[in-house]
Amino acid sequence: MMTIIRVAAVLLTGFFVGLTLEGVSRKIIARIQRRYGPPWYQNFIDVFKALSKNGITHGWIFDFGILMALGGVIATLAFVPLGDLVAFPGLDNLFIIVYLFAVGALGMAMGMVGSGNPNSSIGVARALTQMLGYEIPYMISVSAVMYYYKTASVSELMLSQQDSWTLLKMPLGGIVAFISLLGMLGKKPFDTPIAPAEIASGPMVELSAKYMGLLMLMHTFSIFVEIGLFVDIFLGISNYWTFLIKFTVIWILATLISSVLPRFRIEQVVKFYWKVPLGLAFLQALFVLLGWVF
Amino acid sequence: MANHERNIWEKIADQLRSKSLWMLHYCTGCGAIELPPSMTSRFDMERFGMGPMATPRQADILFITGYLSAKTLRRVIYTYEQMPEPKYVIGFGSCTLNGGIYYDSYATINRLDYYIPVDLYIAGCMPRPEALLEAFNELMKMIRKGEANGWKQYKENYDWYKNNQIRSLGEVLVHDEFHE
Repeated sequence: MMTIIRVAAVLLTGFFVGLTLEGVSRKIIARIQRRYGPPWYQNFIDVFKALSKNGITHGWIFDFGILMALGGVIATLAFVPLGDLVAFPGLDNLFIIVYLFAVGALGMAMGMVGSGNPNSSIGVARALTQMLGYEIPYMISVSAVMYYYKTASVSELMLSQQDSWTLLKMPLGGIVAFISLLGMLGKKPFDTPIAPAEIASGPMVELSAKYMGLLMLMHTFSIFVEIGLFVDIFLGISNYWTFLIKFTVIWILATLISSVLPRFRIEQVVKFYWKVPLGLAFLQALFVLLGWVF
Repeated sequence: MANHERNIWEKIADQLRSKSLWMLHYCTGCGAIELPPSMTSRFDMERFGMGPMATPRQADILFITGYLSAKTLRRVIYTYEQMPEPKYVIGFGSCTLNGGIYYDSYATINRLDYYIPVDLYIAGCMPRPEALLEAFNELMKMIRKGEANGWKQYKENYDWYKNNQIRSLGEVLVHDEFHE
């Protein structure tokens, strides 16, 4: 019973805070461009409007892929500890989260390719290529953290930062994880998979109405998973409220960076990730092995 | 158009739709130049929740600027039929109203609403961004009152629209390799 309440709390937090912060980020981008910007609740209106329209399906693979994407991401979010709010205590292992997260990404890839539009296939191919780019530096920097604390449980990784934050102990690893986070979020300069002016918004090209609404929800939840993991692993011990504050700060920082940068091409993304962040991640791993941790 | 009674859910949905209009602009005419100022800092369309969208599937408004030649009209009709309902059409500039300066051209059509149902026209050559925003606010009011029913009209009078389209464009046999 308590588990159900905790899962519901996690998902509702993801829904309300996630959509609110997306609206806030649109407002921030507008202010940077000296516009007034939409209201902060604009994304709630967008999602419910999209759900209220009559969509066009492209066969059962399309439907199933979208449900799999949303379901996979919701299942992943249920395992992520939000500060001291842990839905499944003892099961919040980093490997479980990383593997479950792939279900959502693959569901989306399957559904979008099922629509038969070449632009969406290009978008999916780019998304998976980009994943190859950022996953390797991210996993190496996180494995260094796991090796140092001798645990893979996310809440234990959080609780072992009693003396100081992992970000301060392993600054290089923190920077690498943040750069990888920008790629995961699809923020500029890494928004190659959804390039609206280039491949007509990539994977979303054939999404109408309800399908678009479901995918927007999926996007919100996956933002919560990605930033939540970063906050838990690198930004010290937090309870539910300080977790949300740190989450907001990281999200706004990513928005600020993204709003002033142009877009990489896909091969530039992979080259960048495999040169700079991968090199730094290896350096960090070496420092951890040598015991040079602050 | 007989007034169709909306139930409470449709009224709520119409409120939401009026506050989040995603737009597909079909800008082969010269009116495209009025869109960048209405989207960017000075007139800032996004404060009404409006924004450009990349594909017809995601869009609510089909925004047609300027003249349509017989060639582009065919694409506009394909695009309109790909959009999910409810969908709205705005004709921008005199060319969509009565042909504008191209009224006697051999290659362009004169009235857009013979071919697809237009909810709102913006007259002028060119209408300024102020007129554009005024029109969008008007469309929002119409949606809230349930008067923007072009998409229903299109379904009810499909034969009439189809006849007009075929008369101007001629029939085309689409060779669909994928489904054969």
